[in-house]
Amino acid sequence: MANQTAKTTTKAAVPAQPASMMAVIAPAVGWLIPGAGHMIQRRWIRGVLLLVSIGALFVLGLLMQGHIYKANGGDILDMLGFIGDLGAGGLYIVTLAMNWGQGAVAFATADYGTKFMIVAGLLNLIAVADAYHIAIGKKQ
Amino acid sequence: MTIQLSHFSAAFVFALFASIVFGITHRENTREMVRYGLYCFAMFLGGVFVAGWAMWLVRR
Repeated sequence: MANQTAKTTTKAAVPAQPASMMAVIAPAVGWLIPGAGHMIQRRWIRGVLLLVSIGALFVLGLLMQGHIYKANGGDILDMLGFIGDLGAGGLYIVTLAMNWGQGAVAFATADYGTKFMIVAGLLNLIAVADAYHIAIGKKQ
Repeated sequence: MTIQLSHFSAAFVFALFASIVFGITHRENTREMVRYGLYCFAMFLGGVFVAGWAMWLVRR
């Protein structure tokens, strides 16, 4: 009982991590450019690997004539597709701006391309969360 | 420019890049990252073969 009380006291005595600017900047930059959230925190190799992996998955999806989802209020799967694509950040913005990713039904592999781009966006969201954890000191 | 990957090559590329990201984001140190990345890659590709054989059995 006494031991339990001591543990509770120790936990309560630990001050919360002060919010730093990096905790805001790293996820934002990481969303815009995959891997950049790690690179600005000097995790160069991890950042480059994330950039190459997420970037390659997204670009391959585009080259496979995948379809890019735009903001919509229709079918639930279309909305989820939009959320996934949006996770790719800058890649998604450039793709929309260049009017790429219209999708070609002539190719059987185009559906794979669509999924590649959605997964690239979702993986980037995981990378953004990781950059945040590094920024607040929860991870090395 | 258009790329047409086969089912297996698409699964391979997907497994490779997803495993790299999983390895980096889900583990603390470099050694564990590499191990977890390899584990995920093996599970992805293993799943492809298992699903392939399962579908073959169902079809028969």
